[in-house]
Amino acid sequence: MLRTRLIKNAIAKQSSFVLLLISLSVVIIIGIGLTFKSIPLFESFNIWDLLTNHVWAPMKGSFGFLPFIMGTLSVTLVALLISCPLCILSSIYLTEYASNALKNMVLPLINVLAAIPPVLYGVWGVLFIVPAIQSYIAPLFGVSTSGYTILAGGIVLSVMIFPIMISIMVEVLKTIPAELKAASLSLGATKWETAQKVILRKAKPGIIAAIVLAISRAFGETIAVLMVCGNVSKIPTSIFDAGYPIPALIANNFGEMMSIPLYDSALMFSALLLFVIIFGFNLISRIILNRLEGKHNG
Amino acid sequence: MDNLKTRLFKEKVAKGFMQLSGMLVTGSLFFIIGTILYKGLPYLSWEMITQLPKGGFYMGKEGGILNAILGSLYLAGVATVLATIIGVPIALFLNIYIKTSSKLAQYSKLMFDILYGIPSIVYGAVGFTIMVYFGIRASLLGGIITITLLTIPIVVRTVDELIRTVPNDLKHVTLSLGATNWEVAKVFILHIKPGIFTAILLAFGRAIGDVAGVLLTTGFSDNLPRYIDEPAATLPLAIFFQLSSPIPEVQGRAYASALILTFIILIIVICTHILSSKQNKHKL
Repeated sequence: MLRTRLIKNAIAKQSSFVLLLISLSVVIIIGIGLTFKSIPLFESFNIWDLLTNHVWAPMKGSFGFLPFIMGTLSVTLVALLISCPLCILSSIYLTEYASNALKNMVLPLINVLAAIPPVLYGVWGVLFIVPAIQSYIAPLFGVSTSGYTILAGGIVLSVMIFPIMISIMVEVLKTIPAELKAASLSLGATKWETAQKVILRKAKPGIIAAIVLAISRAFGETIAVLMVCGNVSKIPTSIFDAGYPIPALIANNFGEMMSIPLYDSALMFSALLLFVIIFGFNLISRIILNRLEGKHNG
Repeated sequence: MDNLKTRLFKEKVAKGFMQLSGMLVTGSLFFIIGTILYKGLPYLSWEMITQLPKGGFYMGKEGGILNAILGSLYLAGVATVLATIIGVPIALFLNIYIKTSSKLAQYSKLMFDILYGIPSIVYGAVGFTIMVYFGIRASLLGGIITITLLTIPIVVRTVDELIRTVPNDLKHVTLSLGATNWEVAKVFILHIKPGIFTAILLAFGRAIGDVAGVLLTTGFSDNLPRYIDEPAATLPLAIFFQLSSPIPEVQGRAYASALILTFIILIIVICTHILSSKQNKHKL
């Protein structure tokens, strides 16, 4: 019957539209919910003080987020220093040098790396990276440490962001027109010179977008860094110091936050901080990537 | 310009470095799995996966982690089903009912991309706040809701990618035969069926491995989850708790639990791989 078919169609359309609205409203709920919970903290302190104060003593009513911000930034920086060069070089190799057979073998393996849950990265960090730092790497620099350090967090994180970096970089490098490469190669440039001076230059916005996405992944990673970073709320001064990233702060303290005044508000403020930064970073890089893709298709 | 010899030498060095990086990146996978296998295998036993924790389990006495395995399977299973029921229609709506070039479709896809990048600790914190507000205690239900929200973007994005690989002609032909949009959607579902299972598996993998979201919302329990409003154990949390114990036996069990989780993830990955090659054969 035409009528029943049309009714079915209308029902399907309306209900999926409602589902869409509900799912998208999650963004707004997160934003409003966290802001709402942070308001008590804003009433007592101004934001600038919260972000630059380095004393974290909730019992005494002092909420300084600087150690955690520095913890997050330093872990992420170490991770980027390790994974950026490795991922850029591997992506160029995969797109420009590697045979199809190799590509078809390596890319699925990278996907497996993406599927491994954070807690397993954490276990690997505790079993291998932490002891390695304690007994080999730190003594090399004349430092003695338990191994639970910024460096350990950075190494574990760097491996965790390999997949997102490589998969996006490979996609970006694929969009570079073959004519450009052919022009450069036919002028006598070597493949490496072409990669340096033509491909990387052309792919720069996409590569930056990939790195920004990786940064936001690193900012939000909780359990793996929590397991290997040492969690001491002091501003780290070297990579062999323990650190305390923001997500670890939330995960470690949510249980007791109800009993101390403003504590819950402070933790929700740190979640808000993460949300705002990661939202912004994701927005920028997704817009860049969408534009690149659009150009490629058009 | 350097002379040809140095340039070719540079080329060789650069290529060497690239191969080395490729090997390091790929090798890290085997390294991680190898470490867990090496440490976990000696502690793996039948008892681990068939028994509940008994008295003194966390002191190194008898028992297993059946509570965590089942808890994780329930949680991830229900959350994945819900995310599929919600996510697949959304992806179909964005591609079939409205024009893909429309503002609504473009902005919605951008939002799902962003939601996909929001870390689970933020979802967990919001879920926790809402539960406190309504006076709900940490429970399987809280975890399921949080993890469902976390996995919806995965389903939407994956199915959306799939639909985009289907030639537009299929839509036009079906419509011109007099079909309604809903009937077009059904044809599409038939066409991308193996791919939808891939999306489901991806979501399941993410759901079963998540810690930060469940840590705040699901709690932990040594019993089997019987009701949805009770706290439940999850496998990643069991690993985390056992690993932080100072007792060697308990730590060993953490390695074995990690190995069990690795097996589950590898099974999921292999199934995904098989399904996506099926989808490729399905291509028009």
